[in-house]
Amino acid sequence: MLGPYEYAIWLICTCLEALVVVCAIRRNALRRYLLLNVNMVASVLISIARYNILSHYGFSSKEYLYFYYYSDSLLTIALYLALTSLYSHVFAEMEAAHYVRMGTVLLLSGTALFSYAIVQQSSSKLVTHFVIELSQNLYFVGLILTYVLWAAVLKMRETRTRLMQLILSMGIYFSLSAADFALENLYHSHSIFFGYFTPLFGCFLPLSWAYAFWRVPEEARIVPRLALVPR
Amino acid sequence: MMAAAILLFSLAALLQFFASYCRSLIAASSKQALSPEVKDVTGFTKGACGDDFARVIQLLHLCPERPEERSSVQAIGAYFRLIGFLSATLARVMPSLQAWTEFERTQCAYFAAVALDRRIAFSRDMLAQQMDT
Repeated sequence: MLGPYEYAIWLICTCLEALVVVCAIRRNALRRYLLLNVNMVASVLISIARYNILSHYGFSSKEYLYFYYYSDSLLTIALYLALTSLYSHVFAEMEAAHYVRMGTVLLLSGTALFSYAIVQQSSSKLVTHFVIELSQNLYFVGLILTYVLWAAVLKMRETRTRLMQLILSMGIYFSLSAADFALENLYHSHSIFFGYFTPLFGCFLPLSWAYAFWRVPEEARIVPRLALVPR
Repeated sequence: MMAAAILLFSLAALLQFFASYCRSLIAASSKQALSPEVKDVTGFTKGACGDDFARVIQLLHLCPERPEERSSVQAIGAYFRLIGFLSATLARVMPSLQAWTEFERTQCAYFAAVALDRRIAFSRDMLAQQMDT
């Protein structure tokens, strides 16, 4: 059952997601970062749909459970596509968009096949477990892809501040989510503890993106001297 | 075993992304010049110092908060504590880290001073608006 804390975080998170789109529109960044904004719009719409299903059928109903996990899987795929759009920004001058698209489809298919291979050995509710497994695996793949993208940003001496902040926010979000899934798998008995922290992580991404769109102009540049190791 | 490996990798990546994110926030503000009043109040007339961070944050809390800056100030606060931890532990074993951690702490203090400058300007604007109405 959801308590006031969970409802409050849910509402804040949904408002922040809407705020990202508003900030992007106000700063003329909607089209430039279209997939990021599509992802935020989809999150808002799915939140509204989830609330409708929750209020009609209840928290422990099958309808809500199915809708929650299936929509979560779709949102993870949308976020994964948003990440690949950041690849296109970084590699725009190399005209590598075609290769990025091909790589995206291949990696997504590979992750789906891997998830299917895992669940088909051990599960009777194949499709439901498949979408959960796919979401978890995509978070980890997303983390690795963001790490590779960040390495490319440093190597290519990318200087666009807003783009860097969008990538780094995504990196933090993917690592938080992947660590959270791993901890949940390691410590099943502490699920109440994770219940408090997991929704908070969801607020970080829209908050940092809204900040990047609102506070950092597209023309802002910084020297990429951002690696952790001192030089 | 697999979950533990994923956890370790995720935490290592999180640390690096978080540090880089904070440094990008700091870098964006490091080009901004401080107003003479803020230099006087913070004592940055001869340059910033990492030890001033806590004092500048206290001053920052005295001014009306700007909602859009709350998360970045909190993130830099966490980064400052992380650097402080590194300075107190690893930097004692690796002297080459000492200069770097001190530089980062100074940058954090400068970021806080820039935020203070913005908040003072924001408060002045609010006061001017109230006087007009």
